[in-house]
Amino acid sequence: MAWTRKVLRVNLTRGTTTVEPLNMEWARQYLGQRGLASKYLVEEIDPRCDALGPDNKLILVTGPLTGTMASTGGRYSVVCKSPLTGTIACSNSGGYIGAELKNAGWDMLIFEGKSPRPVYLNIRDDKAELLDAAEVWGKSVWEADKILRRKHQDPNVRISCVGRSAETGCLYAGVINDLHRAAGRSGVGTVMASKNLKAVVCRGTKGVGNIKDPLRFMQATETAKKVLRDNAVTGQGLPAYGTQVLMNVINEAGAMPTYNMKETQFPGAHKISGEAMHEPRASDGKPNLTTNAACFACTIACGRISSVDRGHYTIKNKPEYWGSSGGLEYEAAWALGSDTGVDDLDALTYANFICNEDGFDPISFGSTVAAAMELYEQGVITNEQTGGIEFRFGSAEALTAAAELVARGEGFGRDLALGSKRFCAKFGRPELSMTVKGQEFPAYDPRAIQGMGLAYATSNRGACHLRGYTVASEIMGIPEKTDPLQTAGKPELVKAFQDATAAFDSAGICVFTSFAWTLDDVAPQVDAACEGEWTTEKLLEVGERIWNLERQFNLAAGLTGKDDTLPKRLLKDAANVGPAKGHVAELDKMLPHYYEIRGWNEQGVPMPETLQRLGLG
Amino acid sequence: MLRALKLEPEKCTGCLQCEMACSYENEGVFNPALSRIKVFMFHESGSFAPYTCTQCEEAWCMHACPVEAIVVNAATGAKDVLTDVCVGCKVCTIACPFGTVNYRQDTGKVMKCDLCGGDPWCAKACPTAAITYVDIADTGLERMRAWAQRGEASTARFNAPVPKDLQNFERVES
Repeated sequence: MAWTRKVLRVNLTRGTTTVEPLNMEWARQYLGQRGLASKYLVEEIDPRCDALGPDNKLILVTGPLTGTMASTGGRYSVVCKSPLTGTIACSNSGGYIGAELKNAGWDMLIFEGKSPRPVYLNIRDDKAELLDAAEVWGKSVWEADKILRRKHQDPNVRISCVGRSAETGCLYAGVINDLHRAAGRSGVGTVMASKNLKAVVCRGTKGVGNIKDPLRFMQATETAKKVLRDNAVTGQGLPAYGTQVLMNVINEAGAMPTYNMKETQFPGAHKISGEAMHEPRASDGKPNLTTNAACFACTIACGRISSVDRGHYTIKNKPEYWGSSGGLEYEAAWALGSDTGVDDLDALTYANFICNEDGFDPISFGSTVAAAMELYEQGVITNEQTGGIEFRFGSAEALTAAAELVARGEGFGRDLALGSKRFCAKFGRPELSMTVKGQEFPAYDPRAIQGMGLAYATSNRGACHLRGYTVASEIMGIPEKTDPLQTAGKPELVKAFQDATAAFDSAGICVFTSFAWTLDDVAPQVDAACEGEWTTEKLLEVGERIWNLERQFNLAAGLTGKDDTLPKRLLKDAANVGPAKGHVAELDKMLPHYYEIRGWNEQGVPMPETLQRLGLG
Repeated sequence: MLRALKLEPEKCTGCLQCEMACSYENEGVFNPALSRIKVFMFHESGSFAPYTCTQCEEAWCMHACPVEAIVVNAATGAKDVLTDVCVGCKVCTIACPFGTVNYRQDTGKVMKCDLCGGDPWCAKACPTAAITYVDIADTGLERMRAWAQRGEASTARFNAPVPKDLQNFERVES
């Protein structure tokens, strides 16, 4: 129950759609969403396959709480092998389409093969059909959304779509839904476009029923909502400032990656912070932030809806950008801003609009631009390569021009679309790429937050903050405060966060609830909704099983323990300012013990007894 | 004292908890498509607006109904649809100037808000108090207060969850 128990399999090569029952044995072991789709992927594809070839599969998946009144119960994920990292990829998104898929009666959509020509999938409840996408191929997400709505004459459809960046092979393109929510990381949109699949259009009118114990579910979700509203972060900080509440906090902690991670504090942080988004601008007296907004079922509402100053150079003559749309979240503000040294809030908001409009990850994009700026300042690349753009740190013009080029897959944008690792390698300076397993870092310098160094190095999808967010403990004191500059106890902390997060991600809820909720708050909701017995212990076991399953995929794909590392800059060059001054990321002090408590051998390979214990043997 | 649903669009975040609460109470399923209340989103202006029946005194739907299937509930003031009597002619959907009475293909009847018999679930579920159930004579009070206070500096709007007691979501089987 809570699951619809129905999977739609779409063979794009043959143009067929078939319905199959959900594998309930796997649902009991992996719950849903991230865990369940990863299990399907592991069973169905060769981990060594070409991520952009027809043998890769693309799975859109909901969780058992998706589409219910559980707070934040509107999530879905896009799962496949990543073209950016070669690892398993799972990118999670909010907005409304996850619930719409569930309301239409589907737990999961599995796309396989490759369509001979551009198509999109149109779902209305039980009916699903592949339709010709000729009129939307080559269009941005925002244009395609308009065209598809006009065509279907239904204001209630929800749409997931890839942009021109994905079509032109940008390796960090995402899948955008509801215009500005994104399954953003690891190039899941690139995989979708490689299959000639432009969009999924969905309308669901069946709803989500089959809750195991409805009254207990309503009580459990209501109690859990009260925990969110009584918590300072989820009840006040996130609604007021979004994730951007962190900009000044992390900068103060000296953990703000700046100038391609050369430095750990950004002098312009206060100009691009959540607080700055509330300030009236000089030109028209309006603040950058129009309002906060919720995703489906979310009682936190951290989303930012923003506008760019109409007089700003980026949109002065472009009225199509004068309205409000998805604004800066902390990761985008950091990557587009601090890492490139740009402190122009309007330029960052515009660049973020472009990332949404043409569907590419602002973290990977901003980080790649930062690497390009460092190479440019060193003279490794010149105006000849950049097409005349002066790629200096702090140049808003370079940043926004780069965004437009990547969006369209043109000129120097083709190089930037490779991602930082391939970009730096192409120009002979691989050590300047700030990546793990080919994926760019998020907004926390591991020299100043030691646990994050280990979390990045061991994340199953490359550098990522959403696989084990020890920032919560090390900076914010959730659930208890640990010293960010110490390594002792961090392997245990990282493992605990990684396993718990995998369970959150598999339930259909948002990981941001974990600022207030522990699995003790999640388990009663899952247990009341889903058949079987779901305790905190069981959810933790499911999380650990998922973590090891993903690890096995990556090892089978050819990665080894040697890939569990960080760039030399973070391991050798000490932070030169702020509270972490003099510190490097001390990964070597944490990694061996982490392997040990994971039940992995010294090469980072899960030992047979570990696999057996988790039912993976 | 009669009470009315007070809708304050500026407090709405678009979470749709109200739509799920409505469909759950009335249909036993989380399904925005069966909700009597709808939240509309206006992307470019960045605004959200919940919308449902205002329970007109001289209700167009009630007067238009040829079989008297829409009646006044004396306890709540709501105009209730008697589904056993409704013949699905849809004249009420034409008569209502606000579009808040709608036809259902699966039942062949119309549906509209009935204030959940005096305990509207949309208001209980709304996390930001964009929907409240208040004294019918006082729906304008807060807005009057806000206008009276006008002159504050222009700052961005944000809506945070409002502290309140736990709600009772026990369903009354009809």
